Amino acid sequence: MKKELTISAIKDGTVIDHIPSNATFKVADILDLKGIKSMVSVATNLPSKQIGKKGIVKIEGKYLTQEEVNKIAIAAPQATVNIIENYDVKKKLKVSIPNQISRVIKCSNPNCITNVEKIETRFSVLDKNPLKIRCHYCERDMNKEDIEIV
Amino acid sequence: MNLKNQDIISINDLSKEDLLHILKVAKSMEKPKPNLLKNKIMATLFFEPSTRTRLSFIYAMESLGGEVLGFDNASSSSAKKGESLWDTAKIVEKYCDVMVIRHPIEGAARLAAEASSKPAINAGDGANQHPTQTLLDLYTIQKVKGKLNNLSIGMVGDLKYGRTVHSLTAAMSHFNPTFYFIAPQALQMPQTYLDELKEKGIKFVTESNLQKVSNKLDILYVTRIQKERFLDPVEYEKYRGYYKLDTKLLENVKKDLKIMHPLPRVDEMDRSLDETEHAVYFEQAANGIPVRRALLALVLGKAT
Repeated sequence: MKKELTISAIKDGTVIDHIPSNATFKVADILDLKGIKSMVSVATNLPSKQIGKKGIVKIEGKYLTQEEVNKIAIAAPQATVNIIENYDVKKKLKVSIPNQISRVIKCSNPNCITNVEKIETRFSVLDKNPLKIRCHYCERDMNKEDIEIV
Repeated sequence: MNLKNQDIISINDLSKEDLLHILKVAKSMEKPKPNLLKNKIMATLFFEPSTRTRLSFIYAMESLGGEVLGFDNASSSSAKKGESLWDTAKIVEKYCDVMVIRHPIEGAARLAAEASSKPAINAGDGANQHPTQTLLDLYTIQKVKGKLNNLSIGMVGDLKYGRTVHSLTAAMSHFNPTFYFIAPQALQMPQTYLDELKEKGIKFVTESNLQKVSNKLDILYVTRIQKERFLDPVEYEKYRGYYKLDTKLLENVKKDLKIMHPLPRVDEMDRSLDETEHAVYFEQAANGIPVRRALLALVLGKAT
């Protein structure tokens, strides 16, 4: 059987590639694509030479900004983001960790208000490499190994 | 700087200038000003018991002519019926001009402040912050030593879990101190705080034997080993009474050493110390009044 791309190319919009398979839906969730009217394709468990299995998200008619791209840095640090215009790659964006992180991470302190009330978590990034963040609410610091994605 | 309508949630939100300004205003609030906050209402949202902090806030407000309403434990609030803190703060803001919140969960005061358009003051959120305690500690140090700069400050007791020592360390870091952290290894100052001091170039010594460093200190800040922070009662028994300070301590100390304690004490400090000129802990507790008066007046825009 001829090998075919599972999801078709888009004309204009954004393609996020090399998402770790287990983070594909998380990325779609972080980017809050639920309300979007145009075509969105989400594929996961695709074979990848680089990372074994990968996910792809293609969004027709929407150009992600660098700020939006940075939101997925915790879930998919190695993702590649291409901005497509008229089927061509117009721009490549690199994912980089933002100075503030909202929603994506669960605070590791069980006695933090974010684990008690239904509110979005917020962290300020103290150090990017190795990653060190501080909870906006309980002010506890977390290292990379403490980080759990919501 | 203007603190009108500002929330006072964490000592880390306050700059050196803010701290000095609050202390300056506190100095002008040593005596009651019965008309200053007339027609202003302070709500106390105390989700866990606290005698000194609550009474001190109430007295501070009333001695400035303001009025007080609120509750002093969670079971008499609608939290018991399952209301969220967010909603409680949204409701209470309608009844008051300033709210003071104490809560066992860390970050609760920050959340209440975000829910409320009225200024909020944190009166303790779990093991996290208690900024008015830190401010009254600074006020006390300034008052008894005549300065804040270049002091040698010893902290003894539970340095691992004690929020007062963490906040005091952060606040005093603005004033070129030398810190002596005196605790058994298991209760020593957490590495993350020590790393921050290193980064800022602030001198510190960690030590388990108080006698070895007692002659170097200008201030000795004693804290209780907090039973409620230990999961294992056997561990608690091991450390309670690890330090029992009495007049023997004084053989070797500077003549003008001042001993502070946020209180309550259990058995870490003997009453024989109370009558010595070194003890300033009751004065320290009383300093909560001018400091809280100053904060209330500042956030309500009645002091500049």
